[in-house]
Parts: sequence; structure tokens; C-alpha cells
Amino acid sequence: MKKMLAAIMAGVVAMVVLTGCTAPGEAKENERYRIGIVQPVDHPSLNRSRDSMVEELERLGMGDRIEITMQNANGDMSLLQSIMQNLIGERVDMIVAIATPAAQAALSSTSDIPIVFAAVSNPVEAGLVKDPSRPEGNVTGVSNSIPVEDIIELSKVLTPDVKTYGFLYNSSEINSAASIDNTKEYCDREGIPYREVSITSTADIQQAVSSLVGQVDALFTPNDNMVASAMATYSQVATEAGIPIYVGADSMVADGGLATVGIDYNLLGEQTGRMIARIIDGESIGENPVETVSEYANVINVGIADKLGVRIPEELQNDFVTVGK
Amino acid sequence: MTLLIGSIELGLLYGILALGVYITFRILNIPDLTVEGSFVLGMATTALFTQGGSPVLGLVAALVAGAAAGICTGLLQTKLMINPILSGIIVMTGLYTVNLGVMGGKANLSILGNETIFSILGNRTLLALAIAVSMALVAGIFFKTRTGLAIRGTGDNEEMIRASAFDADRMKCIALAMGNALVALSGGLIAQYQLFSDVGSGTGIVVIGLASVIIGEVLLGKRGVTFGLFTAIGGSIIYRVIIAFALKVDLFPPYALKLISAIVVMAALSGPYLKKTYRGRSRRDKRRMEAGGKGRLRIEPEGGKG
Repeated sequence: MKKMLAAIMAGVVAMVVLTGCTAPGEAKENERYRIGIVQPVDHPSLNRSRDSMVEELERLGMGDRIEITMQNANGDMSLLQSIMQNLIGERVDMIVAIATPAAQAALSSTSDIPIVFAAVSNPVEAGLVKDPSRPEGNVTGVSNSIPVEDIIELSKVLTPDVKTYGFLYNSSEINSAASIDNTKEYCDREGIPYREVSITSTADIQQAVSSLVGQVDALFTPNDNMVASAMATYSQVATEAGIPIYVGADSMVADGGLATVGIDYNLLGEQTGRMIARIIDGESIGENPVETVSEYANVINVGIADKLGVRIPEELQNDFVTVGK
Repeated sequence: MTLLIGSIELGLLYGILALGVYITFRILNIPDLTVEGSFVLGMATTALFTQGGSPVLGLVAALVAGAAAGICTGLLQTKLMINPILSGIIVMTGLYTVNLGVMGGKANLSILGNETIFSILGNRTLLALAIAVSMALVAGIFFKTRTGLAIRGTGDNEEMIRASAFDADRMKCIALAMGNALVALSGGLIAQYQLFSDVGSGTGIVVIGLASVIIGEVLLGKRGVTFGLFTAIGGSIIYRVIIAFALKVDLFPPYALKLISAIVVMAALSGPYLKKTYRGRSRRDKRRMEAGGKGRLRIEPEGGKG
């Protein structure tokens, strides 16, 4: 028991020393606005929105007025709380939370430090704000729900023969499941038949796609982080079977999807960066309603279109960026 | 200071997870992977009840749900003769769907704005301490009862327990139920602490539990079961403080966090051994010099009790 107490005390002393030497001294000599950026895991789209957010802040001339601390939970959810407590202990002026769990962990840790979120699909359901047009507490941000209807409309133009859609997504991602719910609602309304398959790891993708081959004419996957990291497999199996994949993010088209009207994570980051800059310049959270991504990326992969024998109509050619030549 | 207090609170709450892992891993001697599922099951159940306005009932429900998960694993092991590790994997895999089902098919359930036991009682640190200590005490007392002793016996020597006319299968099920009930309670408390439940939270939770148990044993010593239960909680606190330390070191890019904590854990675990070998050698050298090369004069009685 004595040993246990001693060890815990040693830890406590170490921490007091550590926190003691950073907190008060630094704040005085350093008048910069301090921002802590937190993301739960390293992921291409999350990293891209983070980087373009920082670039946008630089471009707006914030570079020498702000100091950014980046924190990453490395995929371990249990670390998010500690990360938030660390930032609060260091008295940052703002927390920027990328993705839903990070934003929730931020809000459960502080009710006075301003929190700006990015890449949250449904901030109301996530419990972050009650009314997106009038944020009352210390949270606002940019949400990124995808224009499901536009994607289905696009598929009707590109592949008019499609009757049944197959939805493939990761059931443990709230953003993905939310988009699928919207899509199902839309399809039910329009009387479009669909089948859905969910995966829980990238290892499941091949079998999940194979199980849909022969049953569906087109596949749809929203801005799903797990599927996005296994687009190569997904695309290979589906394209071989002659099935087009419509997706929810531009990077997923570049990696083998056929087309999207979806999230451009660079634009998402830039939009968040501009909101952060406004708040640094003195605007309050209440003056900044939750924004949704205002511009979408229209992208077609012509390489995949060739393989599938899909002809791209002329009226689309001006509006769409083409990749995959 | 926020980080330190927060780390201790998290350490206490995850300490209940470590208690559960201690019971299955150390006392019953079975590495139980059900934990990855039962932790989230506790989160999901509690979040559901908390949304409905009954946070305390939610924790009770988490205990019951966790125990049920543990009994499933126990039955797979004892009645269907499935390998213990595989039994855990099977139940954990099935629980993924159950957990999503409990949360109404959603991967993330928010309880921001709902009343939790922490908001009702105010002081988070004291509450976490009270719950963790009372759980360890209850478990400690239980393992001194007849059934408790039989469970410890099952872990040590199953044949002996069977020969003494105890039902070893039942003992395993009881221990697995207890362990997973505590794990689920820990999940429930964490959900109320962080104000959301996410179906991905179970990933790596077994490792956290095992690390806490072993850190506790190595740094705080091994002595009896009750002491062991408390060292599991102590180990969990130390583990969180190590993470807090890794977060403080900002010389490296953010993705280095895991490596830094791995290195600090390694250093902490090897420290006592290195110190012992170094000290042991120097003391022996000294004694040899004092004794004028005659070697050891008496055999020191070995301390320590079962």
C-alpha cells in the first residue's frame, strides 16, 4: 500500500512540476491566440481538411498572430478526454475539433472555451447544438452532410439503366450511417429499390461487394472514412463486375469511384479556417451559425468510365472535373 | 492541473475496467476478449438510460448487461467446449451488433445536456474515487467467501477444485460475469463522464486493461488478491498519468503519441527490475567485502504471503 501511494505521489509530483512550469510563465511572454486542433485518428480526408484549414489561416494573414497545437488520439477513443484536459490545462483560446467524437469530447470538457468543429455530419444529432442557425453555447462549426439527392440524380444521367442501388458503408461511423439514412429516405420517397451492406473493417470490403454483385446495378458509398481507405479493392471488384460506384467525397473518385457530387475536404478546411479567423477577430460564437459546406466537388473518373463503357454527356463535361486519365 | 485531475479521474474510472480484467486474467487465469464488446455494451446501455433521464439505473443496467455477456462467454467455454480466447472473440463480435442495436442502429449516441451522476453529485473526483474503491472492496470481500475462494482455486488448479466437489464450470461463469459486469460499469461511467457513447470505443480496450493490471503489479508489488485488485486501479491511474505525460511532450509530431506512451510504459515496467538487479549486485558485493570473502552468513527469511 505504501509503495502504491509512493508511486502515485511520484506521478502527481511529476505532473505538478510539468504543468507548473508551462502554464503561467508562457502566457505572459506570448500574446498569440492559441488554438488546439484535435482529431481522433489520422485519415486522408481528415488530414486534408486540417491542413487546408491551417493554410487558409496563413493565407488570411493569421500566421504570426496564432499558435497552433495539434493533437491526435491515434485511433484510441479513450485518449480524447485526456487530450482535451491537456488543452484546457494549457489554457488554449480555442479548440478546433475535427470529426464527431472529438467535438463531443471537447464540449463535455469545457463550456467556456470556444469550440469550432469541422467534418461533423449532423451536429444536432451529435448533441453539439440545438439549433444550427443560432448556436447558444460555446460551439459552432462547419458540417459536411453530402447532397445525396444530387448524387442519385447524377447517377441517373451517367448510368440511366440503373434500377437497384447497393449501399455499402461502415456501420460504426456516425457520419456514414447518417448519410445512408438520408439516402434511404430519399429512395423510399422516390420508389427506388436498394439493398444495403455494412462492413466493420476494411477486410470485409471484398466479400461485401461480391455479395452485392448480380443484385444491384450501381453502388453508393457516402463520405465513409473506412471505405475511403480501401477504395482500391472496392473499385477493382465492382469495376470487374461492371458496376459503377458513386461516392460522397472527391478523393474517393480519384481512388477508383466513378463520380461524385461530394465533399471536397480542401474546401471544408478552408471554410472552417475562415470561420476560425472571424472568431479570432472578435466575432462571438452566436454570430457564427453552423455552416454546411457551401461548395461541392463535381468529379468524374474517366478511366473508370472507360472501363465501364459509360459515356459522359456533353452537358456534364463543363461542370465536372475529370480525373483518372 | 486540469490534466492531472482529469487523468486521475479517468484512471479511477478505467480502473474499474482494470478490476474486471484482473478478475478474469489474474484470478481466473483466462485472457478474456469479451471485454472489447462488454465495455461498449455498458456505454450503450447507460447512454440509453441516461437519455431517458435515469443515469443511476443506467449504471445498474450496464452491470446486468455486462454480466450477461460474461455468462455467454462462460457458457461457450464450459458447455460448448470452445477455446477460451475464441469464446471471447465470438461474444465480442456478436456484441458489436447488439451494441449498435441498443443505440438504435446509430454508431454514436450523445447524452450532452442530459443529467448524469457526475452532474447530480457535483464532485467528479470524489465520486470516481468512491465508486472505484467500493468496487475493489466488494470484489476483495467476495474473493474471501467460499465461492470466491473456489473461483481462485479454479484459476490456480482446476483439477483440485473439481476433486473437492466444486462445480468449476459454474465458478468460471461467475468470474466471467463479475469481470464483464465491472468492465461494462466502467464503460457506463465513461459514457456519463464524456457525455457520449461511440461504438468504436471498445477498440484496444483489452490492451488498456491488461497494461493497467501489469503496470500495477510491477510498480506497486504483488501481494494477495485484495491488494492485487487495488493495484489494478493504481496501475490504471499510473497509465493515464503516463499518457498525460506523453501529451505534454510536444517535441514530436502528434502521431508520435502512441510511440511515446509505449516507450514510457516500457521504461516504467523495466525500471524496478533494472534497479533490483543493480542494487542486488552492489549489496552482495558489499556484503562479500564485509564478510572477508566468506560468502553469505545467513539465509534471510523470504517475506510475502499468499
